[in-house]
Order: sequence, then C-alpha cells, then structure tokens
Amino acid sequence: MAIATPPSPAAAETMERLERMWQSRPGVLGWLTTTDHKRIGLLYFWTTLVLFGAGGIEALLIRTQLIAPNQDLVSPSTYDELFTLHGMTMIFFFIIPMTTGAFGNYLLPLMIGARDMAFPRMNALSYWIFLASAIFLYTSLFMGMAPNAGWFDYVPLANRQFNPGSNIDFYCLGIIFNSIASMLTAGQFIVTMFKSRAPGMSFNRMPLFCWAQLAAAFGLLFALPALSADTIFLFLDRNVGTHFFDPSRGGETLLWQHLFWIFGHPEVYILIVPAFGIATSIIPAFTQRRLVAFPLVAIAEILVVFIGFGVWAHHMFATGLPTITLVFFAAATALVVIPSTIQVFAWCMSFVLGLARFKTPLLFIAGFIFMFVTGGLTGIMFIAIPFDQQVTDTYFVVAHFHYIIFGAAVFPIFGGMYYWFPKVTGKLYFELPGQISFWVLFAGTNLLFFPMHIVGLLGMPRRVYTYPDGIGWTAYNLAETIGGYLTLVGILLLLGNLVVSFFRGEPAGPDPWHGPTLEWTISSPPPEYNFAVVPKVTSPYPNWDAADREADRRHLDAGLLVLQRGHEQPAVTPVDARFAEIVEMPHESPWPIVLAFTLSLVFVMLVIHKYGAAGIMGVLCLLALLGWHSKEPQES
Amino acid sequence: MCVGVLLLAGCGRTQNALAPKSHQARDIASLFWWMMGGAWIGLGIVVALLLLSWLRRKRRGWGSDNEGDKPGERLGWFVVVGGGIVLPIIVVSTVFIVGDLFVIRTTQAPASSSTSLAIRVIGHQWWWEARYPGTAAVTANEIHIPVHQRVRVEVQSADVIHSFWAPELNRKMDAIPGRTNVVELTADVAGHYRGDCAEFCGVQHAHMGLVVVAQPEAAFRRWLARQARPAAAPSSADAQRGERLFMNGLCSSCHAIRGTDAQGYVGPDLTHVASRNTLGALTVLNTPETLAAWIRDAQHLKPGNQMPAFPLGPTRIRELTAYLEELK
Repeated sequence: MAIATPPSPAAAETMERLERMWQSRPGVLGWLTTTDHKRIGLLYFWTTLVLFGAGGIEALLIRTQLIAPNQDLVSPSTYDELFTLHGMTMIFFFIIPMTTGAFGNYLLPLMIGARDMAFPRMNALSYWIFLASAIFLYTSLFMGMAPNAGWFDYVPLANRQFNPGSNIDFYCLGIIFNSIASMLTAGQFIVTMFKSRAPGMSFNRMPLFCWAQLAAAFGLLFALPALSADTIFLFLDRNVGTHFFDPSRGGETLLWQHLFWIFGHPEVYILIVPAFGIATSIIPAFTQRRLVAFPLVAIAEILVVFIGFGVWAHHMFATGLPTITLVFFAAATALVVIPSTIQVFAWCMSFVLGLARFKTPLLFIAGFIFMFVTGGLTGIMFIAIPFDQQVTDTYFVVAHFHYIIFGAAVFPIFGGMYYWFPKVTGKLYFELPGQISFWVLFAGTNLLFFPMHIVGLLGMPRRVYTYPDGIGWTAYNLAETIGGYLTLVGILLLLGNLVVSFFRGEPAGPDPWHGPTLEWTISSPPPEYNFAVVPKVTSPYPNWDAADREADRRHLDAGLLVLQRGHEQPAVTPVDARFAEIVEMPHESPWPIVLAFTLSLVFVMLVIHKYGAAGIMGVLCLLALLGWHSKEPQES
Repeated sequence: MCVGVLLLAGCGRTQNALAPKSHQARDIASLFWWMMGGAWIGLGIVVALLLLSWLRRKRRGWGSDNEGDKPGERLGWFVVVGGGIVLPIIVVSTVFIVGDLFVIRTTQAPASSSTSLAIRVIGHQWWWEARYPGTAAVTANEIHIPVHQRVRVEVQSADVIHSFWAPELNRKMDAIPGRTNVVELTADVAGHYRGDCAEFCGVQHAHMGLVVVAQPEAAFRRWLARQARPAAAPSSADAQRGERLFMNGLCSSCHAIRGTDAQGYVGPDLTHVASRNTLGALTVLNTPETLAAWIRDAQHLKPGNQMPAFPLGPTRIRELTAYLEELK
C-alpha cells in the first residue's frame, strides 16, 4: 500500500501553486463553464444516472403490463412508445454516455497520467450537446409524440404514411443530435490517448481500460456515420418527399436495415467493450496479479470491435437475403467468438492464478463473466442460421441481448461504481450492504432474463403489448416481472449504499485497494491538476512500481517535471510515448454551452419543420464558434 | 379488456418451437438441443474456474508477495490460447458446418417447380390474407394445408414489414413490401398449428396471430373447393336485409364478398367468414355474439385496428350478423 508520507515543504508549495492555477470558478458558473474532465465526467454520470432511472421506469412499466395475460395498464400505443424509449434510452442515453462520457472522461486522463483531455472545450461541448439531446428526446414524451416504432425503427412502419405524427421526426433528430455528442467524445478520446499519455507509457504499457476505450471510440467514429446517414434519409423521406426507402419509386426497404445494423452491431461491442475495460481494471486490483496474457487481451479488445463491423446482416437472417450472403455473415459472426473467448479465459485465469479477494467490485465482475458467457453462448447459437431464423424476433433474443447488455455492460458499470467510489469521493463504501446489493441484483437479473429464453422458444414474439392466456407463457412472464422488481431493489440498495457512504463512509486515502494504475497514485478525490509531476511509467501497472513512484516524489521535491508555468501538459509521440512538446491547455469557457444551446435551437426548429428558422439558428451556431475561437489559450 | 374470449377452442393452443411437427422444425429443435448441451458445458467450465478461484481466495490482508510478479503466466497463456482460440474454433466450426451447411438445406425454401401446392400469404396491418393461386379461394388468418405435402408459401406484404411464423412447422420468414420471400411448410401430422407475426408492425402487432390447419388431402381439397366458391345468396329475411345493409353501407368499401358487388381490399375477404374459427387474427372466437360485438366496436376488442366502430341499433346488427353467419 502506498504510504501517505506528508509532502516536503517544497512539494507542498508546488502543489499549492498548481492548485491556484487550475482552480475552477466557484459555484454554478464554475460547473457551466468547466472544462475539467473530472467535472464533465461527474456531470455525465449524474445525467446518465437520471436517464437510467427513466429507462428503468419504462422497463418496469413494460414488465408490469406483461405480468399476466391481457392486461391494460398502458394502452397499446403507449406501450410502443415505452419499449422504443427504453431501448433508445438505455443504449444512447445511458450505457454509451455512462461508459465513455462518465467513466472514460473521469478516468482516462487519470490512468494515462494527463492533466486533462486533449480538447477540454470539445469535451464540455459533447456533454452539453448530450444533455440537450436527452432533453429534446424526452420532451417528445411529454408532448405525447415519443418515438414509437422501436429503437430499430424499421421502414415502412416509420414512414409518414404509417406514422403521421412527429414521433419519428423526434427519433431521427434526437439520434443525430445525440450522435454529435458521441462523435465529439470519440474523436477527442482517440487524440487524448494518442498524444496525452505520460512520457514512457508506450502503447504496450497503456492500461487495458484505455485500450477498451480506444476500441470503443474508433467503433463510434466509424459506426455512427451509417446511422446518421440512415436517419437523415428517413427524415428526408418523411418531410421532403425523397424515396430512399420506397420500393415503388426505386428505393429499397432493406436499405434502412442494412445501414441501421452496420451501425447497430458494432454498437453492441461499443456498449460492452468499455465495460470489459472496467473489468480488466478491477480484476488485477482484487487478485493482486497482472492480467494473464495482457497483449492478447489488448488485441482482442480491438479485434472484437473490428470484426463487429462485418457481421451486421445476422440481424437480417429472416429478411430473405440470398443464402450465400447469410452464410458469409454467419461465418463472420463465428469469428467474433474468438476474441471474446480469449478475454473470458484471460479474466478467469487471472481469478485463478491471482489471489482473488471477493469484495463487492470483484463480485460484480464475477457476475459479469457469468452473464456474459451465458449471453455469449446463446449468441454462438445464432451462427446456426436456421436456428436464428426460428428464434429471431422472439423473447429468446430479448434474453440473449439483455444477458449481454445488462450482464456484460451494466454489471461492470455497477462494479466500477463501487471500485472507483473511494477515488471520486474520498470515502469508503460499506462492504456488507455492497455484497448484499450484488446478490440481490444477480438473483433479480437472472430471474428477470433467464425465463425469457424459455418463453421465446415457446413462441412468444418480441414487442407485443399483451399476450393470450392458455399458450403456456403466463408463469414465465410472472417470474420475469418479479425478477424485474427484485432488480429494482438491488439497484436501490446499491445507490442507497453509495449515498450513505458519501456522508458516513470512512476516509479512503489515496489507494484503498492497492490498485495497479496511475489514478491510485494521487489523492482522493483527485486535485484539479491531477498530477503534480509528470509521472514516470515503465509498465502497464505503474502504481505497483514502487521505484517509479519514489522517483515522482523526488521530482516533486526538486520541482522537476512539474510544468507549473500555466495550464501545461506534455504531449508525446503516438506509439512510443516519447516526450514531444509541452502544450498549453485551455481554461474554462462559456462557449461550449452557448454553442450547444444554439445547436439545440436548430434541432427544435427542424422538428417543427421551420427550416428557414433552423438556418438562422445555424448562423447563430457559427457565431458561437467564432466567439469560441476569439480567445485561444495564452502563455501566462 | 377481452379476458376469457381468447381461449381458442381446440385450435392451436401452443406455438412451441421445441414441439416440432415437421422435419424442418425437428431438425432445428434437435440442433438447439445439441447446442444447448454444449452451452451448459461451456458455462460449466467458466463457473468451475470462478469457483476454483473462490476456493483459493485470499481471506484477509493484502500480501505483497505477488507484487510485480506474474505467477503461473505460462499456464495462463496455455489456457487462454487453448480455451480462448482453439476451443472456440472447434465449437463454432461444428455449429457452422452442421447448422449452415446441412440443416439450412433441409429447412430451405423449395424451388417453385418442386412443389405441387403454393399459397400466397400477404401480411396486412394486422391480419393475414391467404390466397391459393390457381383457385379463387381467399381467406384470412387460418391457412389450410394438406398434411404430408410440401407446400410453398410465398410471403408478401401489403403495407409494412411483417414476419410469417408457425414455429412448430418451420422457421420464420419476413413479409417485406416489394419482395416475395418463400418458406416451405410440411406438416407430419394433421392438426392446428398456431403462429404469430414476429416483426413489430404497429399498435396491434400483439394481435396478429395465425393458425395453420393441416388436414388430410381429401378434407383439404373439399375445404379448398368450398372456399373457392362465390358466396351463396342469403336465405332468411334477416340475412337478406343484412346483405343490403352490407352492400349499401360502408362495409363493402373495405371488405370483399365474392359473387356480390362488395370488392373492398382493406379488410379480410368475408366470402366464407362464417367458416373461420376466429375474428381479428385470433383476437376473439368467431361466434354470433363476438361478431356482433366486433361490428359494433372493433376498437374495443382490438384498439387501433383499421375497422371503425359502427354503433348500429340492435335490429341492424342482428340483420348484418345473420347475413355474415350464412357465409359458410
């Protein structure tokens, strides 16, 4: 464990100086204009948590409606809005922004030894656009015009002919709006990881969490354009009279599905790979062993996303594509199994070869492995095209992807919330209630999702607002709903534990777990400048390299590698991380939130079909950009 | 809302993919059982590893004995390469070869020349139209086929994407506007096989059921001949008044009755509506009472469907029902 030696007078003076220099404005204004990745990460965290609540309430309404046959708690059309919003919220407004926006933002610079993201204002912009897009989407719900054709939004059901309201316009614009935020995050994550790593952290020493974030960021960068194109085509078909998807005018119905799944399947890996990153952070800390087969795991994280781009048509096996096409995509789908199993066995062998200490975060990772493997094994079954065609669009598939998305993405998020809670708050959570919350969640989610396999094989299709009695589905649905409420109890226990711990928890100190990565070398919560000295890195587990940390302390005492002449941060060569230059970082700025606000005006005008006004708002955006660049960082 | 009326007497009580009634569904089901066996083994390996680590767990304190060390790294690589690369290659190749080279052939759509009977099934929001090319027969939601015979089902859509699926007989096939997809049905035993629309198609996706009725060849031929006939003229006085109501009112603008002036194409063909067991794509049983209730307020039984409510007086309802009940 890192020994908390009091800093020498010289070091204390340096730290005070940095503190003054990096300090945020006080109060609300400080949060609105912040460019600090930690504050942006926290903003993302709270916002996505609220949206997780919204998506969760939608899920519980769905499950309550399905508790028994022929219920009418909600009307059929409301039910359609609920499952559409549930999917959109959990994917676009909870998991992606939670794993990248919240975890990625807060932790990436801390793990690579940087003081901030490479583009701090762009980072702030991405958050404000994300927030605006969430408000935009949920406004539609309160106006009674929420998207209602499923998150996959197939045409022609989503065309104006079959969907005359503004529901689908909110869908198209909400997704495009949200994608802008994700693109900004992805772009600047990539640059940050290429340029802002501490000198010495060559790629082979970059933590696996960062590898996973890098894979997800590249995934977003290449997948989102297909979705944007798709939603723009649909918006034009609906509002301008184009015929991209209209077969009677030379368009093609299936074009929507191709473009959607070219985005949609990589999306699945974008959702879970950052969660793999969380797992590969927690496992070494709680087994006190370097992860088995580190290079293989890093490559596998990238390969999962890469191969994920070649498998989209397995979502379309029942659309009547030629058999040769189906077989090709089945083979590609088979390939993606390999990097996934590499990771599973690397995690498991790290559990076995290390000395696992089953505290709450590691329990969540064990639960994650169990659920990911379960969902993965049913995924392998889909390689068999005839079987896929039998169960696609049934609850069997619902079970499969909830094991993946809840089990493999949300469980690590929960584990990560416990794991980094001491770092972010400076307090320890309560261990026993933490473990109880895990077991309740584990029981709840399995009770919720496992019977869906069976009821799917018994023929229950997806997206039905009710079902008839007497065809054998009733008992399973009842069990699922009970599981749903048990899951709710687990989540409330988890959040309750963290809230009480925030006020009553023991002080955590800088490094309660003897964690392997750089964030555990600094105080909890981290100072605004993150690192007083540029940390020395000679392995992927720098906090376990005692000699390097001793070197940092010597540097701080001597005032070496401090970079205290302004908002400074070193930039390195992309691959070897050799020191390249010192970069002056921007400070707080009001322009990101102003630009996000003007951009939301554009989207508001588009959804009410005032295209001229949208153009004027677009000019306002350009003016905001002009203001943005009127003042660039100065050497102080 | 409509509790209790959904139990469909005697017909298609289940749509269980694991209770196959054709060689295609049987192949798919046994493929599943083998894969599920394998999946339990795979899950067992992972759970065993996690349990092993739990048995080796560290109870208290943080040792620094391992610090910077990587005990058992060679063993770890061995397992990761063996279990993470070699094992999945063997497993997925097996699944791929069995599923995508063999089972796919037996479940594949038949060539148009290879079957003696073709049925065109057209998805509508929210019911199924079934036509028997070569005959005048048109029916809805209840698709009769001869048992033991390969039937080529051509799946089309009149509006949005639907998916035709009778799981006890074969895999599903999407109904996509502008396309004709083909799937084969072959029932090994006579019976009623329930199915559903499997692709989300709007507010009443939940009530878009279908029944495939497999019957002996002779019975099927009799059924088809009757369905192909135009409607008989109404006999009772009530039914005759009902027919006039039907023709002069709004009914005929959406529904067709062959042999009369009614040629609408929005709702199902009603030429032999009284011969069908259910109304509204398996929403309710077809009885004089439910038929009357359906005409008065179909929106109550199946909210959002295309049929408006006709709040007619009891006499007119009785006359209309009498007419439709004669359309056997």
